[in-house]
Amino acid sequence: MPSTQHLKDLTTQVRRDILRMVHKVNSGHPGGSLGCAEFFVALYNEIMDRNEGFDMDGIGEDLFFLSNGHISPIYYSVLARSGYFPVDELNTFRLINSRLQGHPTTHEGLPGIRIASGSLGQGMSVAIGAAQAKKLNNDSHLIYSLHGDGELQEGQNWEAIMYASAKKVDNLIATVDLNGKQIDGATDDVLAMGDVKAKFEAFDWVVVEIKEGNDIDAILKGMAEAKSKTGQGKPVCVLLETMMGNGVDFMMHTHAWHGKAPNDEQLASALEQNPETLGDY
Amino acid sequence: MKTFTYTEKKDTRSGFGAGLAELGRTNPNVVALCADLVGSLKMDKFIEENPERFFQVGIAEANMMGIAAGLTIGGKIPFTGTFANFSTGRVYDQIRQSIAYSGKNVKICASHAGLTLGEDGATHQILEDIGLMKMLPGMVVINPCDYNQTKAATLAIAEHNGPVYLRFGRPSVPIFTPADQKFEIGKAIKMTEGTDVTIVATGHLVWEALEASKALFEEGISAEVINIHTIKPLDEEAILKSVAKTGCVVTAEEHNYLGGLGESVSRVLTLNNPAPQEFVATNDTFGESGTPAQLMEKYGLNSAAIIKKSKAVIARK
Repeated sequence: MPSTQHLKDLTTQVRRDILRMVHKVNSGHPGGSLGCAEFFVALYNEIMDRNEGFDMDGIGEDLFFLSNGHISPIYYSVLARSGYFPVDELNTFRLINSRLQGHPTTHEGLPGIRIASGSLGQGMSVAIGAAQAKKLNNDSHLIYSLHGDGELQEGQNWEAIMYASAKKVDNLIATVDLNGKQIDGATDDVLAMGDVKAKFEAFDWVVVEIKEGNDIDAILKGMAEAKSKTGQGKPVCVLLETMMGNGVDFMMHTHAWHGKAPNDEQLASALEQNPETLGDY
Repeated sequence: MKTFTYTEKKDTRSGFGAGLAELGRTNPNVVALCADLVGSLKMDKFIEENPERFFQVGIAEANMMGIAAGLTIGGKIPFTGTFANFSTGRVYDQIRQSIAYSGKNVKICASHAGLTLGEDGATHQILEDIGLMKMLPGMVVINPCDYNQTKAATLAIAEHNGPVYLRFGRPSVPIFTPADQKFEIGKAIKMTEGTDVTIVATGHLVWEALEASKALFEEGISAEVINIHTIKPLDEEAILKSVAKTGCVVTAEEHNYLGGLGESVSRVLTLNNPAPQEFVATNDTFGESGTPAQLMEKYGLNSAAIIKKSKAVIARK
């Protein structure tokens, strides 16, 4: 496998972006954003086949849908650093008159975003619709989506999961961020979901597990495997085991940083742990 | 005065079905989704002719709305079909976030609206859907009056880029508008000229309003009947022009007075030309089982109710 150092450097930089964005406005969701940093960096830089520029219909390219929209900081950072809009615009996160709303939206015309998300549980259905549009258009590209594990408590997901296998939506790779945490605590304590893998398999999905969900090489390997399982009559689910708050020692092993911004001292400590690699915005 | 007659009655949902079938032949981007009510929505013809463009989602309306939103990404024009109750209240947040706020080109087609679905009773008789849908920014709300107008509206909304709520019903109602009509979204149709009272009606109550105007004429009262098929955007000019002449208005709809057409008309008048108004609508209540005619009578939604309210509003001038 070729070196992935540049992806690791980029991951460190987007961690800095996330931390600085939420710190500036003293709001936002750093925990899940940090936990999915490696996944987003790998997805946008290596995994997806993307066209130059942004077109809503996305014909002839892979598309991504974020269902758990509260992790907008990582989404915005990676979209900006993938060329969808100027990196400087990250400065406007959650400010009045910004395209970078608290939760992602198409409403302000931010390139890279194709659906509003934030009210949970809706992204799987949207991703399925986009996948079926690809089939109607004879477009062999894939749809990727990301969902929180706590988000699976929303019933609409299970309507969608049932539908996707019944209708053989096999051009969809839906990834679940298994960090085991949600706002009120551990998912097992709030509403235990049992064996998520068994549940997806019972709904006749192909499941690929990525146990090291914060390791770029493991993500690339797992997603390549997931991609190899598409086009075979079944939707593909990736169970991505991540650490909420990854890369910042005091944000890990707790759900406390789900929706809380660091103060000045905490930011300084967090940034010290993630030295600038590609230049701050 | 101009009078209207009919030779045939038909359900407005069949007008939707005919329009959808025609779109299947003329617009390759039109796709249809249904949540286990294909027969009730009269979608059979479209499905028979375009099986690859039809998505049966089962009894899962929330998923249907999300899939419809996703299908627009790639240039499709999705028409969702289920009862009005399950097209709105049941899936309000899905419509709000994934369709309205996301600005998606989805046509939410809702049958069995209001009391007149009849015997199934209040669980299925939504009387709040117009209010729910008109409150969503960017949502167009259309409630056509007969088979022909419903078919014309179905064709027209495919040409409109943006979310639309199209409301129609189950019972057979008189066909009194032309088969070849061109449907203009947001453009009211003046059915009769009058000078004493303006009757602004929507849906199949337009026919009831015409019946009322005939009876009123015989009593020497001249009523101007306006067919408001589009509740949002509302044709404010047509309403103001008429009320400037008549000085009062009756609104008529198969919907709760709270949140319905009547309140939209009130706002227009209050801002521009305050005038007495009476409401033919349900009075903040749920419905119940019964035949459509019995329910229209009991809940005050027929021509007799419109006649009574017309006289009352004229007396307030």
